Amino acid sequence: MFIKEYITEIAKATKSLWTGMRLTGHYFIRLKTVITEQYPDNRDTLKMAERFRGEVTMPHDENNQHACTGCTACELACPNATIKVITKFELTPENKKKKALDTFVYHLDMCTLCGLCVDACPTGAIQMGQNFEHSVYDRSTLTKKLNKPGSKIREGVE
Amino acid sequence: MYTETQIISNSNDELVVNVGPQHPATHGVLHLVITLQGETIKKVEPHLGYIHRSIEKMCESLTYRQFIYASSRMDYLSAHINNHACALAVEKGMQIEVPQRAQYIRVIMDELTRIASHELWWGAMAMDLGAFTPFFYAFREREKITDIMEETCGARLTMNYMVPGGVMTDIHPDFQKKVKEFIELFKSKIDEYDELVTGNIIFQNRTKGVGYLSKADAISYGCTGAVARGSGVSCDIRKLYPYDIYDKVVFDEILETEGDSFARYMVRMREMRESVKIIEQLIDNIPEGEHQAKTKAVLKLPKGDFYTRVETARGELGVYIVSEGATTPYRIKFRSPGFSNLSALDQMARGGKIGDLMATMGTLDLVIPDIDR
Ligand code: SF4
Ligand code: SF4
Repeated sequence: MFIKEYITEIAKATKSLWTGMRLTGHYFIRLKTVITEQYPDNRDTLKMAERFRGEVTMPHDENNQHACTGCTACELACPNATIKVITKFELTPENKKKKALDTFVYHLDMCTLCGLCVDACPTGAIQMGQNFEHSVYDRSTLTKKLNKPGSKIREGVE
Repeated sequence: MYTETQIISNSNDELVVNVGPQHPATHGVLHLVITLQGETIKKVEPHLGYIHRSIEKMCESLTYRQFIYASSRMDYLSAHINNHACALAVEKGMQIEVPQRAQYIRVIMDELTRIASHELWWGAMAMDLGAFTPFFYAFREREKITDIMEETCGARLTMNYMVPGGVMTDIHPDFQKKVKEFIELFKSKIDEYDELVTGNIIFQNRTKGVGYLSKADAISYGCTGAVARGSGVSCDIRKLYPYDIYDKVVFDEILETEGDSFARYMVRMREMRESVKIIEQLIDNIPEGEHQAKTKAVLKLPKGDFYTRVETARGELGVYIVSEGATTPYRIKFRSPGFSNLSALDQMARGGKIGDLMATMGTLDLVIPDIDR
């Protein structure tokens, strides 16, 4: 009796090992099932998801205009003090003082890419960009000015 | 008594061995001080604190919208469910009614996260026992989930998709299609997992009867999740205290009674199938409407304390907020599942062999940032 049980046990064990091996073999001979992405080589064709949060960007239109009013809502929404909005006062044609954006400082090295600032912006002036290759040799280059030099606020944005 | 990275032997023929803080099997910076007699474990003492980031303290200076993102950094494998717990706590305080659509989306995402987390655990657990291939199979399917997450939430691991009152953005137009495709694919793959590991004789011999935790011990150590359910303790928050729309979906709470490593393994394997069931019930019926309730820009919780709990992939996560009526919480406490589950490790491993310790630890599904916070 004992011998019989012993042999069944061994037979079962061997079978269970072969079941696993069969699966491995199944994939081993089917090259189509390989899903590895050859990352640095496929950079040209690599497309990130549309909503992917890679960095905060400020889109400018063809007239070098953005939509930021300098309201600092994004600065307040950010949990890491990543954004610093420096404002200035501009004179409107009616000779009134109006707050406007001077410099939009963005510290990429402190950003957790949470997207709260984009969510908070009332005018949609900032967006998340898809670029994720952020490595640099000098850390200070990660502090960026997002509004382009000479840019202005788009007309009609309040 | 121990000193760092030394092997000490004391007068009773006992040997003190340090495993970690950097050790491949601890999946993070966990330091175990193990007292051995020969090969038999006398005592296991976890030393914590290597990645303590004081998230609870940090949360005190963040507003109720901001602190949610910090909870993703605790149990990063079920980041979405952590966020859910925080959002629920704020909603409870503010008495915000969450739109149906948001509730459906939240629960579908939760279950996807649970599957992804269990898959990673499955691969890592098999790797602890020396099988390297399962890790790749697990990641192959997990990648599909992270792609779905990336498309809708914008990030793969730390989604930060929850806001008080709903979800940040509406689902991606392809979301339903992709999830259905994934579910179909996953159903066949999960049988592959069973074929590859569950039935394997080496795996069974190394986990069956090892790391035993009795029902009474599981309760007294405060274990939750698969660890407690493997010992027959019914503790699924989704069933006992349903939140969002968990009371409307039909699923079983998985219970195993053996209390050994294999039972805990089986709980998680079967839980994946339950998650598939839940998603299948919901994915076609996401109601139309708002994905976010209208809330004020600055949230102020009324004076008082609020506690909510959810079932993460590892067990019960509790979020306790004490509010003084300001825009930031006065105190936040997270009751993390990993911490209590780890405390039972000594009980499980004692009397066993050191070689079995890794198998036992694998079934605890430890995420160290969750334990240290
Ligand atoms: S993504 Fe988050 S961390 Fe980064 S700037 Fe915006 S709010 Fe701050
Ligand atoms: S980016 Fe948006 S939120 Fe930030 S200052 Fe400009 S307008 Fe305000």
